[in-house]
Amino acid sequence: MGFAYFPHTDEDIRLMLERVGAGRLEDLYSDVPSDVLYGKEYSLPDAMSELEIRRYFSGLASRNSKLLCLCGLGAYDHYSPSVASSVISRSEFQTAYTPYQPEVSQGTLRYIFEFQSMIAELTGMDCANASMYDGATSAAEAVIMAVSCAKKKTKVLVSEGLLPQVVDVVKTYASYNGIELGFIPCCGGVTSADAMTEGLSGEDVAGILVPGINRYGIIENLDGFADEVHSHKALLMVYSDPSSLAVIKTPGEWGADIVCGDAQSLGMPLCFGGPYAGFLACRQEFVRKLPGRIVGATSDLDGKRAFVLTLQAREQHIRREKATSNICSNQSLMALYATVYMSLMGPEGLREVNALSYGGAHYLHDALVDTGLFEDAFGKPFLKEFTLRAKVPVDSLQKALLDIGVFGAVEVGDSLVNFCVTEKVAKEELDRVVEHLKSVLYEVL
Amino acid sequence: MKYYDKLIFELSKEGRKGYSLPRNTWGRSLEELPQGLRRSSGPCLPQVSEPDVVRHYTNLSQMNFGVDSGFYPLGSCTMKYNPKINEEIASMQEFSGLHPLQPASSVQGALMLYRDLARALSEITGMAGFTLAPFAGAHGELTGLMIIRSYHNSRGDFRRTRIIVPDSAHGTNPASAAVCGLEVVQVKSNSAGLVDVADLKPLLDDTVAGIMMTNPNTLGLFEKDIKEIASLVHECGGLLYYDGANMNPLLGTVRPGDMGFDVMHLNLHKTFSTPHGGGGPGAGPVGVAAHLVPHLPVPRVCEGEDGAFHVDYGQCAGDTSCGRVSGFMGNFGVLLRAYSYVLALGKQNIKMAGPLAVLGANYIKESLKDCFRLPVEGVCKHEFVFDGLADQSSGVTTLDIAKRLLDYGYHAPTIYFPLLFHQSIMIEPTETESKETLDGFIEVMRRIAGEAVADPQILKSAPHGTPVRRLDEVTAARRPVLTYRALADAGLAAGR
Repeated sequence: MGFAYFPHTDEDIRLMLERVGAGRLEDLYSDVPSDVLYGKEYSLPDAMSELEIRRYFSGLASRNSKLLCLCGLGAYDHYSPSVASSVISRSEFQTAYTPYQPEVSQGTLRYIFEFQSMIAELTGMDCANASMYDGATSAAEAVIMAVSCAKKKTKVLVSEGLLPQVVDVVKTYASYNGIELGFIPCCGGVTSADAMTEGLSGEDVAGILVPGINRYGIIENLDGFADEVHSHKALLMVYSDPSSLAVIKTPGEWGADIVCGDAQSLGMPLCFGGPYAGFLACRQEFVRKLPGRIVGATSDLDGKRAFVLTLQAREQHIRREKATSNICSNQSLMALYATVYMSLMGPEGLREVNALSYGGAHYLHDALVDTGLFEDAFGKPFLKEFTLRAKVPVDSLQKALLDIGVFGAVEVGDSLVNFCVTEKVAKEELDRVVEHLKSVLYEVL
Repeated sequence: MKYYDKLIFELSKEGRKGYSLPRNTWGRSLEELPQGLRRSSGPCLPQVSEPDVVRHYTNLSQMNFGVDSGFYPLGSCTMKYNPKINEEIASMQEFSGLHPLQPASSVQGALMLYRDLARALSEITGMAGFTLAPFAGAHGELTGLMIIRSYHNSRGDFRRTRIIVPDSAHGTNPASAAVCGLEVVQVKSNSAGLVDVADLKPLLDDTVAGIMMTNPNTLGLFEKDIKEIASLVHECGGLLYYDGANMNPLLGTVRPGDMGFDVMHLNLHKTFSTPHGGGGPGAGPVGVAAHLVPHLPVPRVCEGEDGAFHVDYGQCAGDTSCGRVSGFMGNFGVLLRAYSYVLALGKQNIKMAGPLAVLGANYIKESLKDCFRLPVEGVCKHEFVFDGLADQSSGVTTLDIAKRLLDYGYHAPTIYFPLLFHQSIMIEPTETESKETLDGFIEVMRRIAGEAVADPQILKSAPHGTPVRRLDEVTAARRPVLTYRALADAGLAAGR
């Protein structure tokens, strides 16, 4: 035989079988009833050499188009520093398992501790976990957590301003978990405070989940939300874009109890939707209800500072069906990516990323409105993504953009389209987009 | 491994920076935002230079042990070699630069990969269809249980709220069931370490949604009564869920679909060689039998009659999907790696992976069973469990053995799981370890068994040569210090 990933020679196999007391490899399956043995060869491609694998994937890649990304909606095309991908490619990080043996896992444990610290700083919370699968599932876990903190109340109010995919995943989890959801509609592009107050009046609500920046790109003004929610003994949960939290008011400042979201905006490649990393942060009093891995500081036998997975009495391998969640992993390597990114950027770099995105987004916004093809949908403050009302058919608009290799104008409501600009986009590119739209869309206006 | 004590915050100095960005010529300012929407002061993040960052994380990495560092016989985790070509493929710009909401016409290659991987997994497992959306094994379990509930509910059968789980199951099984709103009923193992069919029978009635099984189970034993169990569960109207964490030994030999399973997940980070990443990202695709395909989660990748792929979000009337379980389409980067692995193995090599993994496990078991207590005799599959030392008079525990292995340059096996025994040591070597590696491990395990008699203290105080020694886990849990801010408040931050 001989295959690069299997070290066994025929002689090795013979000697090993001899020790085991088996004549052939097939004998190792003597305990398997013959009616479940497959007995055939899979219908799969022939084994490929590395060169052939490269050729295959190049062929596949040529069927994708590289587009200029002017879309946000939960996945942001921010700049990815080369150091971040270089660090996460180190095989000591990449090929390790969950840090169950802390004596030989201090590398993983330390960066998770740093990640938790940085997420806590950005969100204004006391603590954070080691990361979740993605933003949408972190929101679902937050909802379950709020119900668990509330003990007897099983209803959660969810803002319709949240990203559609987040609402969908929360709905799915809630429906199987026995959580009743109520929805807070948007009014004028933002979560309606009046509707929230009305929803809370039944005194049966465990918590409410609202976005920090909503599906229209608008920065929500959550003034008064926390007081109202807390006066009904419910918890305030905020879904946040962590990159934005370097400059916009933090959930902690708004009085939130639990913060969830996706760390993708911290420079992670778009990668067609994953891997990203969700995060979950909370106030200290709720830490024992927090799902997922958590790393804490301690010391070893010699008094050396060291780090370890902690508060494991919450988790499935100890508590089984009584655990706070079924999650038994995190997106560790992506949490490392976010940690390296935040270390490189620091407070000033993150601020600059936001300032550049803000500048570009407002430039494009004004230029598009000036064409007369669009009008502002809501007239509310935004950071890097915004919603316009298209006065031309949306499919013509999207096609016009695709014709010049641009992805944008995703429909987020009737004739409402999303645009997003990050620091990666140059003025010349935006000018080209605006000129092109003018040249092809005036005739359909 | 050398001890390195810094946290990145402790390298910070006002005025240092580790980034470079284009000059800001937009002429706009964040100060234009209403003050009430702005953060009052900047976050306390480190201010460090680029070389500081690179050296810090390189130092951290050197306190870590990975599959590339050495033998990692962690039972139930399938720590096989992670091929490097997979990383190269996953980093290709034409994939990593794709926005998940891009129109289907611009991502035909990505959608085709999704279809091709799902098809290969169906072939390997004997299932009719797959979703690649779940992010991990536990997430796959939850998704699979949602599919089961969706199926029963769609038939108006709302009474089925109980799920049967063996006492040897992975902890995620009962936990996933609880998140899915199911009541867990435990079925016992018999003296042969297998699901006790006699204990199962009385549990089966019209309130049973299904049973979750791992086969081979967590003792590494093949559940040979699986066909009988399948017909019993099906007769009572329940479905069978296959926990694919232990799929590796079956590659090439047994397919879950042929055993009667209706729903299953695979751990691509186990069986399909994608890196564990220190706890993730993984991927937990879920496969289903034909009658459950309409219940797979959205979004789904579909192929049109013209051969073009599109994404179905399940918005048509009458859609019976169990719902949406992930923000986008799963951990696409992990899916790329897994398919690269499938192509490298091809039909010729994949059928050898299972048998070679099984050979390694049996080789270690047979070589050590005179020194360690083997609770169940006979051929095992990819892993097996010892119940501590054969001679336990010295008081040396499984924990001591695990820690001593670290001194000898091996990662420890899984310990104290399964819960059936008090001193469980679960060993899984995988097919990518050579006979020489296994011989070295066997020799060290024998040496440790000898030390337990001659010098038990050296085991009880192990490890000795690692960057840190045993940790005070009690204090860590009793007085949690979870952030750098809390660490500094407790006076435990190191000066520069």
